Amino acid sequence: MSGIDPVVRQTLSRIGVYVGVCVATVFFALPLLWLVLTPFSKHPSYRATLNGVSLDNFDKLFHNPQLWRSLRNSIYLAGGTAILVIVLAALASYALSRVRIPGRDQLLYALLLLSSIVTGTAAMVPIFLMLYQLNLLDKQFAVVLVLSGGLLPAAVFMLKDFVDSIPRSYEESARVFGASPSQILRHIVLPLIRPGMATVGVWALVQVWGNFLIPFILLSDEKKYPAAVVMYTFYDTGGQPNFALISTFALVYSVPVVVLYLIVNKRYGFSFQGGIKG
Amino acid sequence: MAAPPTSRPVEAAAVVTRPREDSDVAGLGRWRAGAFAAPALVLVAIFLVFPALWTLYLGLLDYSLGGTTAQSPQYVGLRNFSDALSDPLFTKALYLTLLYVGFSAVLGQNILGFLLAWYFRTAPGWVRVIVNVLVLLAWILPGSVVAFLWQALLDRNNGTLNEILHTTGTAWTIDHPMIVIIIFNIWRGTAFSMLLYSAALSTVPSSHLEVARLAGARPWQQLRDVVLPTIRRHVLTNTLLITLWTFNDFTPFLITGGGPDNESQTLPVFIYKTALLGKQQLGYGSAFSLLLLVANLIIAVIYIRFLRGSKR
Repeated sequence: MSGIDPVVRQTLSRIGVYVGVCVATVFFALPLLWLVLTPFSKHPSYRATLNGVSLDNFDKLFHNPQLWRSLRNSIYLAGGTAILVIVLAALASYALSRVRIPGRDQLLYALLLLSSIVTGTAAMVPIFLMLYQLNLLDKQFAVVLVLSGGLLPAAVFMLKDFVDSIPRSYEESARVFGASPSQILRHIVLPLIRPGMATVGVWALVQVWGNFLIPFILLSDEKKYPAAVVMYTFYDTGGQPNFALISTFALVYSVPVVVLYLIVNKRYGFSFQGGIKG
Repeated sequence: MAAPPTSRPVEAAAVVTRPREDSDVAGLGRWRAGAFAAPALVLVAIFLVFPALWTLYLGLLDYSLGGTTAQSPQYVGLRNFSDALSDPLFTKALYLTLLYVGFSAVLGQNILGFLLAWYFRTAPGWVRVIVNVLVLLAWILPGSVVAFLWQALLDRNNGTLNEILHTTGTAWTIDHPMIVIIIFNIWRGTAFSMLLYSAALSTVPSSHLEVARLAGARPWQQLRDVVLPTIRRHVLTNTLLITLWTFNDFTPFLITGGGPDNESQTLPVFIYKTALLGKQQLGYGSAFSLLLLVANLIIAVIYIRFLRGSKR
């Protein structure tokens, strides 16, 4: 190393960095090209090129009831889970934050530990069998319950953190002026923890919107499939795929996640991470 | 009221209220608080705690939905586990999972994420934004969408990759399935390491780097002697989390389906195929699920012990 002229070495290392960054950029951009170009292509195929711009593909998508149904199913699963998680996590986290129930901290840590251990892949066999024996297979609300059970520990943890950071003096003042517990909860606590509930809700929405495995193993009627599973059946069934439909559908299905991510990221930054994947 | 209205509410509340838990400011009481927490805890108990415990028992049964044992599962003790250890498909799945986790997460995502974060410190703003957006998109898009994007990229006859490399006819997912899913997972998951290391590197005092540079340390010497000791905790946190996630990752199924000829069948895919497809050997599959749970538990316990240890 000492034999090389410092100017040459600096130039070489700078070239190395540029090449590396270019390679990384191409690596990350290349698979995404298809999603951006193909929906607007006149002759959509596997190839990510734009041969004439047109919106015909979207026209085909708008006239395909099956795909809209799958998006409605996704909204049902994601929305139902988000609402359930928000309500139950808000109740639990407020109670656990303000009232000292014996063993509270150990309980919270045990729950968080469990939720990171018992992933969808590790628990798919017992969950499938449990729903089979309860006659709950192929029921969408059962999928909502299973997903909520998986997301709740992290949601309670996040929300309790949030509630802990709210000063108690608001509730205390209301108390002094004679407000009943239910009045305090409705008029003081609820408005205060609403931002935290919104964060947890968006987080749950995104988690469920992209979840493939749980609806895939628990639902068997194609009419109940969410978009994540329909997207898979597109290329699983073999034969020549209908690229006009797949490309536009993939785009329409992906946009909400990106929008939600941007909203949360702008408001709360990196805190969006955490919880269960897969 | 004993206290005048102008006094601070905190003190007033202490005077007015009956003796109770000092933090229970809304006056819920223990019973109502328990009722508030109960629905969430019940749901978690049914759909998270019970399945995990039930796996222990199911692994001891000869139980499949397709065959003769569908109606009356037989208790077979530890036979499922001894069968598993001599099942060549299982040992292969375990080996492939270790390859997958080691190369895509521990090495791939970790190193690439760190390099990107390191580069971002001095990169021009617009480059940083572009690379950030691309890496994040790969991470946040739904799994079944990105799986199809990779199918399109790698397609044998019309894929973009074959066109760029002039290798039309190369079936990447069939000829090199493990390499494909490893590179795919690096693409998919680097964002987390990048974000974590970006945050970590911002905690390294720039004065320390300055001193090192003035003392004549080369960039890699600064890295080794100044940066790495400071962010050691972050490296371990990151490695454990991405190991846990990759270990449980089901996405390879969406790209190669475990094939061809089980050449890319990681443990999650193997469990799915054993327990829920074909003969539906639920008992046998539960034995493998238990192994996955135990592996997750070990990683999580290391992580928590480490977090506790570093707080002291």
